[in-house]
Amino acid sequence: MSLRSSSGWPMLLALMLLFAAGIARAVDPIELEDPLLQQRYRALSHELRCMQCQNQSIADSPVGLAGDLRREVRELLVAGKSDDEIRTWMRNRYGDFILFRPVFSARTAWLWLAPGVLLVLGLGIAVRVIRQRAAVAAGGRDDDDGSPA
Amino acid sequence: MNRSLVPIAAFALLVVVLAIGILRAPQKTVIQSVLLGKPAPEFVLPELGRDSSFDSRSMRGRWFLFNVWGTWCAECRAEHEMLLEISRSGRLPLVGLNWKDEDGLATQWLQDLGNPYDHVALDREGRVAIDWGVYGAPETFLVDADGKIVYKHVGPMTPEVWQRQFLARLPPPVARPLSAPSAEPSSSPPQAPVVAPSPAPVS
Repeated sequence: MSLRSSSGWPMLLALMLLFAAGIARAVDPIELEDPLLQQRYRALSHELRCMQCQNQSIADSPVGLAGDLRREVRELLVAGKSDDEIRTWMRNRYGDFILFRPVFSARTAWLWLAPGVLLVLGLGIAVRVIRQRAAVAAGGRDDDDGSPA
Repeated sequence: MNRSLVPIAAFALLVVVLAIGILRAPQKTVIQSVLLGKPAPEFVLPELGRDSSFDSRSMRGRWFLFNVWGTWCAECRAEHEMLLEISRSGRLPLVGLNWKDEDGLATQWLQDLGNPYDHVALDREGRVAIDWGVYGAPETFLVDADGKIVYKHVGPMTPEVWQRQFLARLPPPVARPLSAPSAEPSSSPPQAPVVAPSPAPVS
Protein backbone atom coordinates (compact mmCIF):
# COMPACT_ATOMS: atom_id res chain seq x y z
CA MET A 1 0.00 0.00 0.00
CA SER A 2 1.39 3.33 -0.93
CA LEU A 3 1.19 6.09 1.67
CA ARG A 4 0.24 8.45 -1.11
CA SER A 5 -2.98 6.62 -1.80
CA SER A 6 -5.99 8.36 -0.39
CA SER A 7 -6.77 5.56 2.06
CA GLY A 8 -3.23 5.45 3.48
CA TRP A 9 -3.09 8.84 5.14
CA PRO A 10 -5.97 8.51 7.62
CA MET A 11 -4.68 5.09 8.58
CA LEU A 12 -1.17 6.42 9.20
CA LEU A 13 -2.52 9.37 11.15
CA ALA A 14 -4.63 7.10 13.31
CA LEU A 15 -1.62 4.90 14.05
CA MET A 16 0.53 7.89 14.94
CA LEU A 17 -2.09 9.24 17.30
CA LEU A 18 -2.48 5.83 18.85
CA PHE A 19 1.23 5.57 19.63
CA ALA A 20 1.38 9.14 20.86
CA ALA A 21 -1.46 8.43 23.26
CA GLY A 22 0.52 5.60 24.83
CA ILE A 23 3.56 7.82 25.36
CA ALA A 24 1.50 10.63 26.80
CA ARG A 25 0.01 8.42 29.47
CA ALA A 26 2.97 6.22 30.29
CA VAL A 27 5.34 8.42 32.26
CA ASP A 28 3.11 10.63 34.34
CA PRO A 29 -0.32 9.28 35.20
CA ILE A 30 -0.93 11.79 38.00
CA GLU A 31 -3.60 14.41 37.42
CA LEU A 32 -4.38 17.37 39.61
CA GLU A 33 -7.99 17.83 40.64
CA ASP A 34 -8.24 21.41 39.46
CA PRO A 35 -8.24 21.30 35.63
CA LEU A 36 -6.65 24.76 35.46
CA LEU A 37 -3.78 23.68 37.70
CA GLN A 38 -3.48 20.48 35.70
CA GLN A 39 -3.09 22.50 32.52
CA ARG A 40 -0.35 24.65 34.07
CA TYR A 41 1.29 21.54 35.53
CA ARG A 42 1.40 19.93 32.08
CA ALA A 43 2.89 23.03 30.51
CA LEU A 44 5.46 23.60 33.25
CA SER A 45 6.64 20.01 33.42
CA HIS A 46 7.23 20.10 29.67
CA GLU A 47 9.48 23.12 29.86
CA LEU A 48 11.68 21.86 32.69
CA ARG A 49 14.65 19.73 31.80
CA CYS A 50 15.31 16.35 33.32
CA MET A 51 18.80 16.97 34.67
CA GLN A 52 19.75 13.31 34.54
CA CYS A 53 18.76 12.63 30.96
CA GLN A 54 19.16 16.24 29.78
CA ASN A 55 17.39 15.93 26.46
CA GLN A 56 14.02 15.07 27.91
CA SER A 57 11.63 17.19 29.88
CA ILE A 58 10.67 16.06 33.35
CA ALA A 59 7.23 15.29 31.92
CA ASP A 60 8.70 12.75 29.52
CA SER A 61 11.29 11.14 31.73
CA PRO A 62 10.70 8.05 33.82
CA VAL A 63 13.78 8.50 36.04
CA GLY A 64 13.39 9.05 39.76
CA LEU A 65 14.65 12.62 39.92
CA ALA A 66 12.22 13.74 37.20
CA GLY A 67 9.41 12.23 39.25
CA ASP A 68 10.61 14.08 42.34
CA LEU A 69 10.76 17.35 40.42
CA ARG A 70 7.24 16.81 39.09
CA ARG A 71 6.11 16.29 42.67
CA GLU A 72 7.74 19.60 43.64
CA VAL A 73 5.99 21.36 40.73
CA ARG A 74 2.62 19.93 41.79
CA GLU A 75 3.12 20.93 45.41
CA LEU A 76 4.22 24.43 44.49
CA LEU A 77 1.20 24.81 42.19
CA VAL A 78 -1.18 23.64 44.87
CA ALA A 79 0.53 26.02 47.31
CA GLY A 80 -0.54 28.83 44.99
CA LYS A 81 2.81 29.73 43.42
CA SER A 82 2.85 31.39 40.02
CA ASP A 83 4.53 29.81 37.01
CA ASP A 84 7.37 32.31 37.23
CA GLU A 85 7.87 31.62 40.93
CA ILE A 86 8.13 27.91 40.18
CA ARG A 87 10.63 28.53 37.38
CA THR A 88 12.70 30.67 39.73
CA TRP A 89 12.47 28.00 42.42
CA MET A 90 13.93 25.48 39.96
CA ARG A 91 16.59 27.90 38.68
CA ASN A 92 17.76 28.61 42.23
CA ARG A 93 18.60 24.93 42.59
CA TYR A 94 19.60 23.77 39.14
CA GLY A 95 20.49 26.95 37.27
CA ASP A 96 19.28 28.25 33.90
CA PHE A 97 20.08 24.89 32.37
CA ILE A 98 16.88 23.39 33.77
CA LEU A 99 14.78 25.68 31.57
CA PHE A 100 14.39 24.48 28.00
CA ARG A 101 13.49 28.03 27.02
CA PRO A 102 16.51 30.11 28.03
CA VAL A 103 15.90 33.33 29.92
CA PHE A 104 16.77 36.55 28.11
CA SER A 105 19.96 37.95 29.60
CA ALA A 106 23.17 39.55 28.44
CA ARG A 107 24.65 36.07 28.05
CA THR A 108 21.78 34.65 26.05
CA ALA A 109 20.83 37.74 24.06
CA TRP A 110 22.61 36.51 20.91
CA LEU A 111 20.62 33.27 21.14
CA TRP A 112 17.37 35.17 20.95
CA LEU A 113 18.41 37.88 18.53
CA ALA A 114 20.56 35.88 16.10
CA PRO A 115 17.64 34.24 14.23
CA GLY A 116 16.00 37.59 13.52
CA VAL A 117 19.28 39.21 12.51
CA LEU A 118 20.17 36.29 10.25
CA LEU A 119 16.70 36.33 8.70
CA VAL A 120 16.95 40.03 7.86
CA LEU A 121 20.48 39.52 6.54
CA GLY A 122 19.38 36.57 4.39
CA LEU A 123 16.39 38.48 3.03
CA GLY A 124 18.63 41.42 2.18
CA ILE A 125 21.04 39.19 0.27
CA ALA A 126 18.17 37.41 -1.48
CA VAL A 127 16.59 40.70 -2.58
CA ARG A 128 19.92 41.95 -3.93
CA VAL A 129 20.61 38.73 -5.83
CA ILE A 130 17.11 38.65 -7.30
CA ARG A 131 17.32 42.28 -8.41
CA GLN A 132 20.71 41.73 -10.01
CA ARG A 133 19.48 38.68 -11.87
CA ALA A 134 16.36 40.48 -13.00
CA ALA A 135 18.53 43.31 -14.27
CA VAL A 136 20.81 40.87 -16.11
CA ALA A 137 17.82 39.02 -17.57
CA ALA A 138 16.21 42.28 -18.64
CA GLY A 139 19.49 43.43 -20.15
CA GLY A 140 19.82 40.13 -22.05
CA ARG A 141 16.34 40.43 -23.48
CA ASP A 142 17.02 44.01 -24.50
CA ASP A 143 20.12 42.79 -26.33
CA ASP A 144 18.04 40.19 -28.12
CA ASP A 145 15.62 42.83 -29.16
CA GLY A 146 18.49 44.82 -30.50
CA SER A 147 17.28 47.98 -28.79
CA PRO A 148 19.84 50.28 -27.07
CA ALA A 149 20.64 49.54 -23.38
CA MET B 1 37.30 37.67 -7.62
CA ASN B 2 36.61 39.28 -4.31
CA ARG B 3 33.07 37.98 -4.33
CA SER B 4 34.01 34.31 -4.37
CA LEU B 5 35.90 34.76 -1.09
CA VAL B 6 32.71 35.53 0.81
CA PRO B 7 31.38 31.95 0.99
CA ILE B 8 34.83 30.66 1.89
CA ALA B 9 35.18 33.21 4.67
CA ALA B 10 31.71 32.34 5.95
CA PHE B 11 32.57 28.66 5.90
CA ALA B 12 35.84 29.27 7.77
CA LEU B 13 33.94 31.24 10.41
CA LEU B 14 31.48 28.40 10.79
CA VAL B 15 34.33 25.92 11.22
CA VAL B 16 35.84 28.05 13.97
CA VAL B 17 32.53 28.38 15.81
CA LEU B 18 31.82 24.65 15.61
CA ALA B 19 35.38 23.77 16.62
CA ILE B 20 35.05 25.88 19.76
CA GLY B 21 31.79 24.10 20.53
CA ILE B 22 33.31 20.67 20.07
CA LEU B 23 36.46 21.44 22.05
CA ARG B 24 34.45 22.82 24.93
CA ALA B 25 31.91 19.99 24.93
CA PRO B 26 33.67 17.74 27.47
CA GLN B 27 33.38 20.45 30.14
CA LYS B 28 29.73 20.93 29.41
CA THR B 29 28.72 17.43 30.45
CA VAL B 30 29.22 18.56 34.04
CA ILE B 31 26.72 21.25 34.87
CA GLN B 32 28.07 24.02 37.07
CA SER B 33 26.13 24.35 40.29
CA VAL B 34 24.43 27.68 40.86
CA LEU B 35 24.95 27.16 44.58
CA LEU B 36 28.70 27.74 44.50
CA GLY B 37 29.57 30.54 46.89
CA LYS B 38 26.05 30.53 48.28
CA PRO B 39 24.90 29.31 51.70
CA ALA B 40 24.37 25.57 51.79
CA PRO B 41 20.66 24.75 52.08
CA GLU B 42 19.77 23.92 55.66
CA PHE B 43 17.90 20.78 56.56
CA VAL B 44 16.83 18.53 59.39
CA LEU B 45 16.57 14.84 58.55
CA PRO B 46 16.48 11.56 60.43
CA GLU B 47 19.97 10.25 61.09
CA LEU B 48 21.02 6.71 60.33
CA GLY B 49 21.66 4.65 63.44
CA ARG B 50 20.46 7.34 65.85
CA ASP B 51 17.13 8.14 67.41
CA SER B 52 17.67 11.86 67.05
CA SER B 53 17.54 13.75 63.79
CA PHE B 54 20.46 15.48 62.11
CA ASP B 55 20.40 19.26 61.83
CA SER B 56 22.79 20.63 59.20
CA ARG B 57 23.25 23.76 61.29
CA SER B 58 25.16 21.66 63.82
CA MET B 59 28.06 21.71 61.33
CA ARG B 60 28.39 25.50 61.54
CA GLY B 61 31.87 26.60 62.37
CA ARG B 62 33.56 23.69 60.68
CA TRP B 63 34.48 22.80 57.14
CA PHE B 64 32.88 19.54 56.09
CA LEU B 65 32.32 17.27 53.13
CA PHE B 66 28.76 16.64 52.07
CA ASN B 67 28.54 13.43 50.08
CA VAL B 68 25.38 12.28 48.30
CA TRP B 69 25.19 8.53 47.94
CA GLY B 70 22.89 5.52 47.73
CA THR B 71 23.33 1.78 47.79
CA TRP B 72 21.71 1.68 44.31
CA CYS B 73 24.56 3.78 42.92
CA ALA B 74 27.45 1.83 41.42
CA GLU B 75 29.80 4.81 41.26
CA CYS B 76 29.30 5.30 45.00
CA ARG B 77 30.86 1.90 45.63
CA ALA B 78 33.76 2.91 43.40
CA GLU B 79 34.51 6.01 45.48
CA HIS B 80 33.90 4.42 48.87
CA GLU B 81 37.51 3.46 49.50
CA MET B 82 38.56 7.05 48.79
CA LEU B 83 35.97 8.37 51.24
CA LEU B 84 37.33 6.03 53.91
CA GLU B 85 40.79 7.36 53.23
CA ILE B 86 39.61 10.96 53.55
CA SER B 87 37.89 10.06 56.80
CA ARG B 88 41.08 8.46 58.13
CA SER B 89 43.12 11.51 57.17
CA GLY B 90 41.09 13.46 59.74
CA ARG B 91 41.14 16.66 57.67
CA LEU B 92 37.42 17.30 57.96
CA PRO B 93 34.21 15.56 58.96
CA LEU B 94 32.03 13.82 56.37
CA VAL B 95 28.29 14.16 56.25
CA GLY B 96 26.57 11.61 54.06
CA LEU B 97 23.21 12.18 52.43
CA ASN B 98 21.66 8.80 51.82
CA TRP B 99 19.52 9.64 48.79
CA LYS B 100 16.28 7.78 48.13
CA ASP B 101 17.49 4.58 49.68
CA GLU B 102 16.33 2.04 52.22
CA ASP B 103 17.67 2.45 55.75
CA GLY B 104 18.38 -1.27 56.07
CA LEU B 105 20.41 -1.39 52.88
CA ALA B 106 22.35 1.71 53.91
CA THR B 107 23.21 0.22 57.31
CA GLN B 108 24.30 -3.02 55.68
CA TRP B 109 26.44 -1.15 53.14
CA LEU B 110 28.30 0.74 55.85
CA GLN B 111 28.79 -2.43 57.88
CA ASP B 112 30.20 -4.27 54.90
CA LEU B 113 32.38 -1.54 53.40
CA GLY B 114 33.21 0.57 56.46
CA ASN B 115 31.70 3.88 57.54
CA PRO B 116 33.52 7.06 56.50
CA TYR B 117 30.72 9.35 57.68
CA ASP B 118 30.41 11.29 60.91
CA HIS B 119 26.72 11.64 60.17
CA VAL B 120 24.41 10.01 57.67
CA ALA B 121 21.21 11.92 56.99
CA LEU B 122 18.36 9.98 55.44
CA ASP B 123 16.77 11.78 52.50
CA ARG B 124 14.13 9.17 51.85
CA GLU B 125 11.96 11.42 49.69
CA GLY B 126 14.77 13.17 47.85
CA ARG B 127 13.73 16.68 48.86
CA VAL B 128 17.02 17.79 50.40
CA ALA B 129 18.90 16.51 47.35
CA ILE B 130 16.75 18.78 45.16
CA ASP B 131 17.44 21.75 47.44
CA TRP B 132 21.15 21.10 46.92
CA GLY B 133 20.70 20.86 43.15
CA VAL B 134 21.78 17.24 43.07
CA TYR B 135 21.15 15.49 39.76
CA GLY B 136 23.09 12.26 40.06
CA ALA B 137 24.93 10.38 42.76
CA PRO B 138 27.65 10.50 43.78
CA GLU B 139 28.08 14.22 44.28
CA THR B 140 30.40 15.74 46.85
CA PHE B 141 30.22 19.29 48.17
CA LEU B 142 32.83 21.18 50.16
CA VAL B 143 31.20 23.45 52.74
CA ASP B 144 33.20 26.05 54.64
CA ALA B 145 32.97 27.11 58.27
CA ASP B 146 30.44 29.82 57.42
CA GLY B 147 28.16 27.25 55.85
CA LYS B 148 28.91 28.31 52.27
CA ILE B 149 29.33 25.86 49.41
CA VAL B 150 32.89 26.24 48.19
CA TYR B 151 33.08 23.46 45.62
CA LYS B 152 31.03 20.68 44.12
CA HIS B 153 32.26 17.55 42.43
CA VAL B 154 29.97 15.38 40.32
CA GLY B 155 31.01 11.74 39.97
CA PRO B 156 33.17 9.51 42.10
CA MET B 157 35.81 11.03 44.35
CA THR B 158 39.32 10.14 43.22
CA PRO B 159 42.72 10.89 44.75
CA GLU B 160 43.36 13.46 42.00
CA VAL B 161 40.08 15.27 42.55
CA TRP B 162 40.63 15.22 46.29
CA GLN B 163 44.13 16.65 45.94
CA ARG B 164 43.45 19.25 43.30
CA GLN B 165 39.95 20.45 44.01
CA PHE B 166 39.33 19.83 47.69
CA LEU B 167 42.62 19.84 49.61
CA ALA B 168 43.74 22.88 47.64
CA ARG B 169 40.69 24.80 48.83
CA LEU B 170 40.85 23.75 52.46
CA PRO B 171 42.50 26.05 54.99
CA PRO B 172 45.79 24.71 56.36
CA PRO B 173 45.31 22.00 58.97
CA VAL B 174 44.77 23.20 62.52
CA ALA B 175 46.86 21.76 65.30
CA ARG B 176 43.81 20.97 67.37
CA PRO B 177 41.94 17.70 66.93
CA LEU B 178 39.10 17.73 64.44
CA SER B 179 36.38 16.92 66.90
CA ALA B 180 36.81 20.23 68.67
CA PRO B 181 33.97 22.48 67.57
CA SER B 182 34.66 25.94 66.17
CA ALA B 183 38.33 25.40 65.56
CA GLU B 184 38.60 28.44 63.31
CA PRO B 185 38.27 31.81 65.00
CA SER B 186 36.67 33.39 61.91
CA SER B 187 33.91 30.86 62.11
CA SER B 188 32.33 31.77 65.39
CA PRO B 189 29.29 33.92 64.73
CA PRO B 190 27.87 34.95 68.09
CA GLN B 191 24.51 33.32 67.42
CA ALA B 192 25.95 29.89 66.83
CA PRO B 193 26.12 27.90 70.03
CA VAL B 194 27.47 24.74 68.49
CA VAL B 195 26.22 21.71 70.29
CA ALA B 196 29.29 19.52 70.56
CA PRO B 197 28.50 16.66 68.22
CA SER B 198 30.02 13.44 69.39
CA PRO B 199 32.12 12.10 66.57
CA ALA B 200 30.61 8.97 65.14
CA PRO B 201 32.69 5.91 65.86
CA VAL B 202 34.04 4.60 62.61
CA SER B 203 33.01 1.02 62.68
